[in-house]
Order: sequence, then structure tokens, then C-alpha cells
Amino acid sequence: MKKYFNYIALPALALGLVACEPEFDNDIAENDDFYTSGSADFSSYVSVGNSLTAGFADGALYITGQENSYPNIMAQQFALAGGGSFSQPLVSDNLGGLTLGGMQITENRFVLATDADGNPGPARLAGTPTTEVSNIVAGPFNNVGVPGAKSFHLVAPGYGNVAGVATGQANPYFARFASTANTTVMAEALAANPTFFSLWIGNNDILGFATSGGAGVDQTGNPDATTYGPNDITDPTLFAGVYAQEVAALTSTGAKGALVNIPDVTSIPFFTTVPSQAIPLDEETAATLNASFAAYNTQVLPGLASFGVITAEEAAARQINFSAGANFITIQDEDLTDISAIVQGAPFNLDPITASLLSQLRQTTNEDLIPLTTAGVLGTVDEAYVGFLVSQGLPVEQAGLLAINGVSRPLQDQFVLTTQEQALVTAAQTEYNATIQALADANGLAYVDARTALQNVANGGVAFSGGILSSQFVTGGAFSLDGVHPSPRGYAFTANAVINAINNTYGSTIPVVDIGDYATVTISNDVN
Amino acid sequence: MKKVLSVVVLLLVCAVTYAGGYRVSLQGQRGLAMGHTGVAMVNNAEIAFFNPGGLVHLEGKLNVAVGGFGVFSDVKFQNAEFGQTSQTDSPTGTPLYLYASYNVSEKLAVGLAVYTPYGSTVEYPTDWSGSHLVNSIDLSAIFVQPMVSVKLLEDLSIGGGPILAIGGVNFNRNLSRNLTDIDGNRSNVELDSQGLTAFGFSVGAMITPNDQWSFGVNYRSKIDIDVEQGDGEAVFSNVPNSPLAPIANGTYDFTATLPLPAEWTVGVSYKPSDKWTLNFDWNYAEWDAYEALDIMFLNTDGSLALESINPRNYKNASSYRLGAQFDVSSKFVLRAGAYFDESPVQEGFFAPETPRNDSYGFTGGFTYNVTDKLAIDASFLYLTFKEIDASYDSYVEGGERVPFGGTYKSSAFAPGLGLSYKL
Repeated sequence: MKKYFNYIALPALALGLVACEPEFDNDIAENDDFYTSGSADFSSYVSVGNSLTAGFADGALYITGQENSYPNIMAQQFALAGGGSFSQPLVSDNLGGLTLGGMQITENRFVLATDADGNPGPARLAGTPTTEVSNIVAGPFNNVGVPGAKSFHLVAPGYGNVAGVATGQANPYFARFASTANTTVMAEALAANPTFFSLWIGNNDILGFATSGGAGVDQTGNPDATTYGPNDITDPTLFAGVYAQEVAALTSTGAKGALVNIPDVTSIPFFTTVPSQAIPLDEETAATLNASFAAYNTQVLPGLASFGVITAEEAAARQINFSAGANFITIQDEDLTDISAIVQGAPFNLDPITASLLSQLRQTTNEDLIPLTTAGVLGTVDEAYVGFLVSQGLPVEQAGLLAINGVSRPLQDQFVLTTQEQALVTAAQTEYNATIQALADANGLAYVDARTALQNVANGGVAFSGGILSSQFVTGGAFSLDGVHPSPRGYAFTANAVINAINNTYGSTIPVVDIGDYATVTISNDVN
Repeated sequence: MKKVLSVVVLLLVCAVTYAGGYRVSLQGQRGLAMGHTGVAMVNNAEIAFFNPGGLVHLEGKLNVAVGGFGVFSDVKFQNAEFGQTSQTDSPTGTPLYLYASYNVSEKLAVGLAVYTPYGSTVEYPTDWSGSHLVNSIDLSAIFVQPMVSVKLLEDLSIGGGPILAIGGVNFNRNLSRNLTDIDGNRSNVELDSQGLTAFGFSVGAMITPNDQWSFGVNYRSKIDIDVEQGDGEAVFSNVPNSPLAPIANGTYDFTATLPLPAEWTVGVSYKPSDKWTLNFDWNYAEWDAYEALDIMFLNTDGSLALESINPRNYKNASSYRLGAQFDVSSKFVLRAGAYFDESPVQEGFFAPETPRNDSYGFTGGFTYNVTDKLAIDASFLYLTFKEIDASYDSYVEGGERVPFGGTYKSSAFAPGLGLSYKL
């Protein structure tokens, strides 16, 4: 019997060996040369930046958001071409709120919830957050993205000092992973020994001003950051200085990297969702309002123009007109001439309350941007103003009619980003981007034009497997529910833009990701 | 024996698993060793599967064949555009068979066949890039078939009998490419239904004009395995708590139909000498019965909670089988074979739950006659699929077709062991 087994055993042995596993002709996982790193070295990738780098979304930093941060998405792809592990200072939960000494200091994330009528809208996820800022997590971390950081914060000692968080001197997100009280964000990044880095900083240097409706100060010409308020525009010269310093530090050990520029504020739904024509009026109300502004339109404004107090152009811009349907919002524009004093005198002789109403009054145009947060204010009654009017002797009913936000009560400065304010933002952004591009060119670094990429998303959208990625709030897919930060899919799109720039610069062949695999907004009715 | 053992050990070492497609051609050691032919060859009780018409030709009063296979199969997937890779980690399949026949007279035989012609076990890593189509699937169908065989003429016999099919399915997939609960766990559904029964039949005929030539034809009817309300359960998990979600977490009834297609086999067997037998079989499976895998999830009141429409659009497909047998001695018989198995899957319908493209099977085996009555049968199959770039284009998300595809490569190895007994 034994001799016969040779007939069987040998072919069976041969077949058994080849049958172990199917083999691809060119296997991604087993062929080290399938994807190449080009002239870059992805073995230790470190990402530096602000909330956009941290994976902040839905108004909070939470675990799944961090897992979908653009650097983490990229790191998974880098792993196909020699990339190493990528560690992030993960928070403790998916609620997103922070506590300091047990007290909640930032709000939980937004989710898309339905109200009693089934209408969807953003709401804060319910629950008690567990991420305690003073529980410092040990690094070094590959992702050194700090929500809220501006360009100059990255080199500011003490920005991660827990003791400074309560007083606003330090950043809670940085404090929870800063290795020492006096360290800097840049020092933490360098501690991870980057062979490759990405730097995306500068967004907050204009964004705070923009999201506050221009409530801050344009500090262009003032390079002293210690004098800045949180909503100020950073001096482009200061920006250029610290940005160059940061690039020099990151490249000091020969690391290659990618510099990402600053997108337009008009690309984000925070500014594009609430229409300028947001006040619905019926014909009767419109006629009543028009009658009350008739004298202002036909006598006061032409009169002021003829006196040379305002230009004819400003007089035209200040006309107030309503019609049945959607109407432009009334606002108090600080860039207009304050006419409250002059109209109280002859020949107008207006009362102080009316004069105050007209002081810097105009209606918005399609060029003005209405922040998302203003939506909750429009058409509501300004109760404080009602109280003021009543104290001035007006009946409550009349006071109420004069206090409707955006109609009879013009919106204050912080509720609208006017065209003048937008111009300040754009001017600074243009200079920042020039600085970023020049430093990328000078250092042979990849320059990522996130501005153009996000413009494409905002203007018509970008096709992907499964539809069109657009900036439409909630439904467009690119942005999370805070209207400022990307959704996971938006971050995946960002990662692809960065990967493409890296491949172009370094001759690497890192594959992009399928952005359709990444989620958009999170639905949940577990809300407060 | 040592060499045989070493082969077995080697096979166990590479026991990566899973089988492509859900027709499993592993119905007998002797048939499989000859390229899974046998519609025209009377060898042992396996003929009950291959052609009930030949049952009456078996020598002796009683014939029994029992055995089983270990199916070690594997699928690899990669998508170079996005750098996605995956590899199945399926459990070992163990299709079994039992055939028995009893010659009532020279012209009449009765028999019983128990076999598993359909089944598939595919297990991808959970949440892999195609998890919106399948995480894992386990299909099985056991056929139980009593039969009768009659010699109508000296050179013509027929046979057949009803089939009781007992089926089961377990299927797990994610609801979409990216829906998760608040903690990022992918929303998932697992369907399970066991003990489903359905009926069919097979009939066959054999023509034996002389000692050298024989011809056979066999037809096995289509059997639809229907899952009706109450037959199984579908468990949805990790679905976010929101009316905006497609369905809520929990257990639902479901309905579905999985067709086990009709199959024709015609073949010829030729004995050029005393020691040699050559077989050729042509199989034709009417896979066009598998148009779609549509699953309706039902609320307890029977109303529709969610539907899942999954076009399959299979086409009829052939396989061409060759086998040879060499009688080395009265104690020892060697066999070998090969076949080409055409895929029923059409372009654009390559779903990863049955990643079946054209394949080539290579087989071998032997019989050792322990006594005149008892024989040990062994066989092996090596099934190799061409590397293929393929996609499934009918997955729909938000009204848009979202193709899922890449490069697939599959293989399977199935060693088997059985006993034949005749009295």
C-alpha cells in the first residue's frame, strides 16, 4: 500500500502548498513598492494646527471626531507607504464637553435631532462629559492640533498651563495634553520627532473676528499679540513672523511637510445658511413699516446728503424698504455715519429714540453675511430694549413693536458680517496665504490650496461616489453641525486635498480615500 | 502513511477558508476525484446523486457511500485607488453526504441520498470596506431524497425521486457605508433563519449500449428557499436613536427568497481498456432564477419596516468536466480530473457575498479496497479563480448608485474522505 501513496502525496503536497492562499499579481499589502513615499519619509508624521487638525466638529472635540481628523485619515493612508503609528490625545467620550475641576466649561457636541413636529435641527447631545482638563494625558502625540489656537499661540509658553485655563490665559484643549505647564505647542510637536509634518494654522486669526460678526478689532499694523482680544484679526506681519518661526522649527531636523492655506469664510455654512433676505412680511405689515420710514427715506436721507453729512451713495444705501415676502434685515452698521445727533437738531427735530434707531441704520444686501447664530435672534423681541423703551415712557405694546430684532430693532454689529468687515477678513487672509505659499516654495514644502478646494465645495459642490459634496448646511455633507468645522466626510475630502498636494510635491503615490465611506452629520434624539 | 499525514498537517496549517459561490460541487469522493463527473458512470452509491437513473446498475444488493469534505477557502480583495485590502477569515466548511441503494430486483432499485449541493460560508473582517454589502454569510441546504430506479430496456434505465431541501441562512451586513451610533459603532443587521423546508425533485436516465460506452442525463429541479414572516429574525443594532434613522434597533421579521437553481447534466463515460475509464460531463445551471436578493423587514403587525433591494441578475452558466480513472490493481484505484466552471455572475453584479468568477478545478483521489465489501475513498479539489477586477454597481445610497469594487482573487482547497460499502 505504501508505494501507492507516492502518487497521491506528491501532487497533493504541491497543490496543498499553492492552495494556502490566493495571491494577487501585485498585492497592495505585501508589495512594499506598491505605494511609494517618494522623497518624503512618513515614518513619523506629526500634524500641527488648530481645531481643524484636532478633528473638532459639531462644536466640540469628541473621540469619533478625532478618529476622523484629517491627519488621522492621512496617517492610515501613509501606513501603506512606510507610515508609522499615529497617536492622538483622545478625549474621554463622544459627548465632547470639557470639565475643569469637575465643572463643565465647554458645551457638548451638536447632533441632528428632531423636534416634536419631526423637523430636524441641531441640538446639544445630552449627558455629563467626562473629559477633565486637569487629567493630563501623556504624550508625545502625533496629532498636535489645539482647538482655538491662533498662529502665535503655537509658540506661546504657558498656553497649556492648566492653572491658566480658568482665567482664559491658557487653552483647555492644550492643557489636557501639554507635557509641562510652560511648554509650547511647537515643543510638543517636535517632541514627537517628526519626519513629516502638516501645518494648518491661521484660520482662527481671522475666524474669531468673522464669527463674532466683526465684533473684534483689526490689529493689522499692531504686532503685539498681548494686546489682542479674542475676536481680533491678527496682524499679517506678526502672522508672517510666527509662521516662519514655526516652519523653521518643524524643518530644522530635515522633515518634509505640507502647509495648508486659509479658506474663505464665505465657504462655510456658518455664513451662508441664513439668507440676508430673512424677514417674511405680509403686505399690510410691509405697508405700515414703509409708511413709518417714508419721511426717513424721502426727507431725512436726501436732506443729510444735501448738507454733505453723508454722500449720495450712503444715502442710497441707507434706504429702508419693505415688501410682501422675504425682506432684507435691518442692521446697525458701525461703518455708516452716525447721524443720531444731527437728526435731533433742526430741521429734522427727531426724538432721541427715533434718532437712536436711525443712527447707523440700513438694510442688509446680498453681500452681507449673516452668521448662523443670528438665526435664533431674527424676528424675536429684544426684551432689554423693550424695558428701555418703557422706561422712556412708551406703552409696552408699542415698545414691543419697536423691538423686533432685524425689523424694527436693527441688529447690532455682532450679528452681521458686513461687506466692510468681510474686506478686512479677506485682506488679512490674502496676506496670510501669500506668506504660507512663499514659505512652502522657499522650503520645498507641499502647498495645499484648501481655499480653492473649499471654494469648489461651496460653489456647486464636488462629485463623489454617492452624490455631491457641498457646503449646504446639514444636507450638503461637508460640514458638521457647527457650520464651521467639517464633517468626517469633509475631513476626508480635506485629507485627499492634502494627499494630492503631497504626492505632487514629493513624487509619492499615497492613495486618496473614498469620501463616501465617511459619515456626515450624526443623528440622535438623545438631546437636552 | 507519514507522507499522507504530512500533507494533512500542511493543509491544516493553511486552513484559511471560505468558498466562492453557493453551488458546492462536493458530492462524492469518487466523482470529485474525477473532476466531479459521474452522470454516465456507475461506480458506487454516489450515482444516487449524479444520476438516479443509474442506481439500478449498481452491483450487489446493498450499496452505501458516506463521506465528507473539509473546505478551506479564501478570498482576497484589494482596491488600489483607495488602498483598501481585505481577506476573508471564513470557518472551514464541512459538506457531508450519504447515499444508499437497495436492489429490489434486477430491474428495480430504491435509494436514499442525503447531500449538500448548495452552501456558502464567507466571513470578511467586520466593518471592512465592503461591509455595507456583507460582513458574513452562511448559507446551507441539505437535500434528502428517496428515489427509485428502473431498468426499462436492457440498455436504458431511468430513475428519480422527490427532494426535501432543508435550508438555513445567516447573513450579517452594515446598513450603509457610514451610518453609526453616537459612539461610532456601525449600524448593523443580522438575519438568521434555520430549518426552512422546500421541495423539488431530480430525475435521470442512463443509456448503456455496450461495455465501453455509457451516456447519462440528469435534471435537478429548482427549489426556492422562502423565508416567510415568522421563519426567522432580523436583529438591528447600533442604529442611532433618531426618527431620521432608516429603522430602530430591535428584532424584526423578514421575508426573502433564495433560489437553488435547476441544473442539467449530460455526460459520457468511456472505457478504452479494462484499466481506464474516461468521463466527460457538461453541467448547465439555470442561474437566471437568481434575479435579486430582496429582503423585506417587517414590523410585528406585518407592515413593512424597511426593504433591502439587491439585484443579482445571474445568468445561466455551464461547467465542463473531465475525469479519468485508472485501476492500478484490484486493491487500488487512482483518479484525476479537471473542470472549468463558468461564473453566473455578470459584469457589474459582482457582490462580495458570492465573489464567484470563472474558476478552474483540479482534482485527484484514490480508492483503497480494504475488503471486497469495504473501500476507503479519498479525494481533493483545488479550485482556483482568475484574478478579476470587478464591481457591484447596484448598491444605492441616497438615490445614487454607489459601485463597490476592486480586485478579487479566490481559491479553495477541499480534501475529502469517505467509505463505500457493498453487500
